[in-house]
Amino acid sequence: MSIKKGQPGEQGLERVAGASGTAAEAAATNAFAHSENNEPAGLSVSGLTYAFPGGPPLIEGLDLHIGQGEFVSVLAASGMGKTTLFRLLAGLLEPQAGAITIGGMNRKEQAAKIGYMPQKDCLMPWRTVLDNAALGMELSGTPKKEARQRVRELLPDFGLAGTEAKYPHELSGGMRQRVSFLRSLLGGGELFLLDEPFSALDAMTRVSMQEWLLQIWEQHRKTIVFITHDIDEALLLSDRVLVAAKAPVAELVEYPVALTRPRTYETMLSEPFVALKRQLLGHFGHAHTAASLEGGSR
Amino acid sequence: MKRFFKKHMPVVLFILLLAVLWEVGTRIFQIPHYIIPRLSDVLVSMVENSGLLARHFVITLGEALLGLAISIVLGTLSAIWIDSSSLARKTLYPLVVASQTIPIIALSPIMVMWFGYEIGSKIAVVMLFTFFPIAMNTADGFRSADPDIGELLRTMGAGKRELFLKWKIPSALPEFFTGLKMAAAISVGGATLGEWLGGEAGLGMYTKRAANMLRGESVFSGVLLLSAMGIMLFLAVLALERICLSYRKESKVGQ
Repeated sequence: MSIKKGQPGEQGLERVAGASGTAAEAAATNAFAHSENNEPAGLSVSGLTYAFPGGPPLIEGLDLHIGQGEFVSVLAASGMGKTTLFRLLAGLLEPQAGAITIGGMNRKEQAAKIGYMPQKDCLMPWRTVLDNAALGMELSGTPKKEARQRVRELLPDFGLAGTEAKYPHELSGGMRQRVSFLRSLLGGGELFLLDEPFSALDAMTRVSMQEWLLQIWEQHRKTIVFITHDIDEALLLSDRVLVAAKAPVAELVEYPVALTRPRTYETMLSEPFVALKRQLLGHFGHAHTAASLEGGSR
Repeated sequence: MKRFFKKHMPVVLFILLLAVLWEVGTRIFQIPHYIIPRLSDVLVSMVENSGLLARHFVITLGEALLGLAISIVLGTLSAIWIDSSSLARKTLYPLVVASQTIPIIALSPIMVMWFGYEIGSKIAVVMLFTFFPIAMNTADGFRSADPDIGELLRTMGAGKRELFLKWKIPSALPEFFTGLKMAAAISVGGATLGEWLGGEAGLGMYTKRAANMLRGESVFSGVLLLSAMGIMLFLAVLALERICLSYRKESKVGQ
C-alpha cells in the first residue's frame, strides 16, 4: 500500500484527524450507549417488489442480505429508487410482494426500531437544536431532562457548541444536517438507514464526518445501510458496495471492499482503493452506455 | 421603548393629523352636529357618559369574547375532524369554504329568531362571523404539516397521539393564529350587529339609539369605542401569537 505524503490539503486532513481524536471517540461511545443493550440487527430482504400506483415496477424481486454489524453502501444513479428502497426498509411504504426481516423479526409483525436519517434534515422549525436532537429519545420514553443532558454533552463533538438554544432557521445547512444526524443516532435502534446524510455538507466537514462515522462504527459495529451517489464515500466507509445498475432494480451487483481497517481519509489515495474505484467507474460507465444503446431493454 | 416610538411614530402622527383636520374641518365648514360632530364634542360626551359607556363596553366585549371562545373550540374541533377523516375533508371542507359566500348579515335575524333577544343571539351572530376563518385556516394549517417530519416521527415509533401533539399542532399553529386574528378583528362587528337586531344593552344598541335621536356625538363616541375594542382584541391575539410562535421572531427581524 503506498500512501502519498505531502499532497496539497494534507494540513487540512491532519486537522480533521485531530478533531476526530479521543473526544470524538467518547462522543461515539455516548451516542450509541443508549441502545447498547440491543444486538445489532441483520437485515434480510427477499423477493421485494414495489411500484408506485399506476407506474412501472421500481424494484422487482430484490433479494438482499446484510449481516449483523455490517456496513453496506447502496450506490445508484438518481431516480433508481434508492430512497424508495429505504422507505420500504423503514416501514414507510408497503411492498407489493416480498418480505423484510430485521434482526430475525418480520417487518410486518413487529416494527423494529430503525435509526432512519432522511436526505432532507426534517428539523422541526418550532424546536430548538437541543429539543430537535432529543426527539428520538423523547419518543422512546427517556425523561426530558436526561435526554437534553445527553444532547448537551454531544453538541461540541458535532460542531454544534453554543447552538443548543438556536432554532433551525438560524443554522447553516451543514449544521442542520449534523443536528439531524445527532437526532438519528440518539433515537437508538438496531439498524441504521442513512440516506445520503452528508450530501448537504461542505467538503471539509464532509470528510471529518465520514471519518467520524467510521470511528463510531468500528467501535460498535452497528448495522448500517448507507445510500450515496458518491463512489469515494461508498468505498471509504463500507464492507460491501451494492450497485443498482438497471431499472427496475432486480439485483444489486456486489463489490466487496477488502481494504484494511481502520481506514482514514488517506486510504482514498492508496492503490487498492483507486483500483476498486476504477472498477466501479467502469461498471457505471458500461451500464450507462449499454442502457442507452439498447434502449434500457437489457 | 425608544424603538417602539421610532417604529410607530408615523402612524401616531397621522392619527393626530386626522384628529386636527376633523376638529378644524367641522368648525370651518359648519357641518351640522348630527352629520359629523366636532371631535371635542365627542370627547366631552364620552367623558360625561363615561360610566354608562363603560357598562355598555363591557357587555359588548363579553359578547365578542364568548362568541370568539366558542368559535375557537368548535372551529378547532372541525379542523381536526376535517384533517383526520378524508370523508370529512371531502364533504365538510367544501361546505366550510362555500359558506363564506353566504351573506352572514342576512342570516343574523335567524339567530334572533332562534336564540331570542338575550345574550344568546349576540353570541350566535359573533360565532357566525368568527367560526369560518378559524376553522378554515386551522384546517389548512393541519394540512400544511410537513409529511416528511411525520414520517420521521413514525420511524421513531410515534403513535397517533404523539404525531398529533408533536407534529400536527405545532405545524398548524401559525395558520390558526392567522384565522384567530381575522376572527378577533371582526368579532366586535358581529356583536354590534347582534345588538342592532334587538337588544337592551351594549355599545351597538347605544349607537343605534343615539342615531335615532340624531345625537351625533354619542354615535361617534360609541363607534370610537367599538373600534378601540376591535383593535384591542386584535393586539391581544397578536401578543399571544408572539409568545406562542416566539421561534419565528429571529427570522422576522431578518426579513
